[in-house]
Amino acid sequence: MRIALFVTCLADTLYPQAGKATVRLLERLGHEVVFPAAQTCCGQMHVNTGYQRAALPLIRHYVETFSGFDAIVVPSGSCTASIRHQHAMVARRLGDDKLAERGDQVGARTFELSQLLVDVLGVTDVGAYFPHRVVYHPTCHSLRLLRVGDRPLALLRNVAGIDLVPLPDAEACCGFGGTFAVKNADVSTAMLADKMRNVLATGAEVCTAGDSSCLMHIGGGLSRLKAGTRTMHLAEILAATRDDP
Amino acid sequence: MSTFLGMPAGSSPRASTAPRGVGHLRGDQPFPAAARLALADSQLRRNLAKATTTIRAKRARVVAELPDWEELREAGQAIKARTLAGLDGYLEQLEREVTARGGTVHWARDATEANQIVTELVASSGAKEVVKVKSIVTDEIGLNDALADAGIQAVETDLAELIVQLGHDRPSHILVPAIHKNRAEIRDIFLREMGDVDAGLTDVPAALAEAARLHLRRKFLSAKVGISGVNFAVAQTGTLCVVESEGNGRMCLTLPSTLISVMGIEKVIPTWADLGVFLQLLPRSSTGERMNPYTSMWTGVTPGDGPQQIHLVLLDNGRTAALADPAGRPALSCIRCSACLNVCPVYERVGGHAYGSVYPGPIGAILSPMLTGVEDNASLPYASSLCGACYDVCPVKIDIPSILVHMRARHVETARAQSWVPSSEAVTMAAASWVMSSAARFAAAQRTGRVGRLLARHGVIDRLPPPLRGWSRARDAPVPPRETFRQWWRRERGAAEPGRTDDGA
Repeated sequence: MRIALFVTCLADTLYPQAGKATVRLLERLGHEVVFPAAQTCCGQMHVNTGYQRAALPLIRHYVETFSGFDAIVVPSGSCTASIRHQHAMVARRLGDDKLAERGDQVGARTFELSQLLVDVLGVTDVGAYFPHRVVYHPTCHSLRLLRVGDRPLALLRNVAGIDLVPLPDAEACCGFGGTFAVKNADVSTAMLADKMRNVLATGAEVCTAGDSSCLMHIGGGLSRLKAGTRTMHLAEILAATRDDP
Repeated sequence: MSTFLGMPAGSSPRASTAPRGVGHLRGDQPFPAAARLALADSQLRRNLAKATTTIRAKRARVVAELPDWEELREAGQAIKARTLAGLDGYLEQLEREVTARGGTVHWARDATEANQIVTELVASSGAKEVVKVKSIVTDEIGLNDALADAGIQAVETDLAELIVQLGHDRPSHILVPAIHKNRAEIRDIFLREMGDVDAGLTDVPAALAEAARLHLRRKFLSAKVGISGVNFAVAQTGTLCVVESEGNGRMCLTLPSTLISVMGIEKVIPTWADLGVFLQLLPRSSTGERMNPYTSMWTGVTPGDGPQQIHLVLLDNGRTAALADPAGRPALSCIRCSACLNVCPVYERVGGHAYGSVYPGPIGAILSPMLTGVEDNASLPYASSLCGACYDVCPVKIDIPSILVHMRARHVETARAQSWVPSSEAVTMAAASWVMSSAARFAAAQRTGRVGRLLARHGVIDRLPPPLRGWSRARDAPVPPRETFRQWWRRERGAAEPGRTDDGA
């Protein structure tokens, strides 16, 4: 299958390893990955901070860049949720019904990585090998907006060598919330403290999730504490094999 | 004079524009500053975590028992949507039905008018003391203070409200106003403030409840006037309904000869049958009970039985203005169950006082700015990580995260319209939009951004400049990699895919 990658502005700029792993994984499964170079950002930060008018050009840009593809993969639950649930809503609110209609169409063909793997490509065993103790944090937007359910866990359970341990109070938000972590840095830190306590209680070496943004938050806290637990995107674990760890 | 969707025009001589909400709907300081103080209170953090975790588990258990819970939520949502679409008509029907059965209906444009109406009614009865059923709307309008100014003492009879009143405190939760206090703190308040309490009082819950019962019983038996809120008002029959747990409400609603009930205009429901849906949704969502212990309903005056003077005060206080915003309107569907507070990770850590309004938590973060105008509560729509837990538990399916995002947009748009000079945030966002709408500009910005590598010390960035300073107080920031993804792709895979224009990278 020919799949367009929307890598997200965050992974492109700060976490290229998540994008590279997504490419490696999908190509290993026999699919063609294309990277439309015109892509930039989905506009979620603008929308969620109240700047819907400033988000509109970004929404239009996403829709134009990706309208020619049958399947678009995003290594982020949050950006996928914004594309699916906010693009058309913002366009409609600002009176661009035509863009809203196109946004709905492109949104319906945009999939978060675990959704694409399980629902579109029909795989739960991707042939990965990752001999480490891992804890999975279900990010809020993948959980409650996309309803990915246990798809990421199903994929992780099939990873050879993995020691997958449950995360206490897993469904609690890590406190990132985009500009929330800056505007309400103290409340965000209090939420992060509880998330880190639960992650560290498992003794995991790696905390994984489907969103680089939440991982940036959790990882930033763990790094500050020199906690000895690192964060990795779900794609990185699924891309790892015995021959190419 | 124009007709509003909400309170019918002509109901008040001053009703030429939709009134703004006044009363206890605004805090003294912005949310982040108030939250910082609350976060530092370790006893508060412990009390809140324990209480919300307990209620959360109880709610989840009783909701899981019902196979038709989702259908009930949809029914609740649909009934409320229908009500709000014809609110003026339902209110006039309610007025007719209540009046026909011997009650008196008053229309209050805002908190000030409502307080005047109630104070005059109590004063004309000659009473110097009134007993009150727990009601948030009377907290919203600051009724107790208004009565005190007129020399009338209001006695709160709900246990938690009594604790708050005796402690000279303010409620911090819609359902559990004293959630921020533990039983040792409550015992101290009773010993200090109750007057007629046994000095050997322990902090065993049953002993605390017994002390409150004895204290309140004397008040119930002497009160001439009772004051309540209203959970539901049935337009079809003129029936008012109050749902409670302790039985204090039943006392207030039946013993005094005069009963004054204050309700927000959004509390009306069209028919008696609609009540069946909400009486299933509310107790499970709020206290985590299958049914609440006391459901009181009264329809006008019954000669020789119960209060012989029945008054209903219909309060706008910003609700008509809220109704005029189609995207925010569903917030008026709220039945005040407080399930959203109990699951909110922000509320759980800061408690209700940080929100500054009698409506805290996720619903308060949208409802308070809708009632006051967003410019008066500008920090509240941002008091959420948009995690969505509130939407999942809301019994009437209010999409709180989407309304939060909408209120943020209203705030940004209002601020821009009111100022010639855009905020630094607005300038940053506009610049980011310009950069991000072209891949060439974005790639150039990425190259520039790599100077961020210079901030790194020993492989981490542990100090960011403002406005990102708050982040780096507790979290390291990622060091930009040597190569972005698009640079890697170009190096590995060459030009862009065929058929697309590559305008950069």
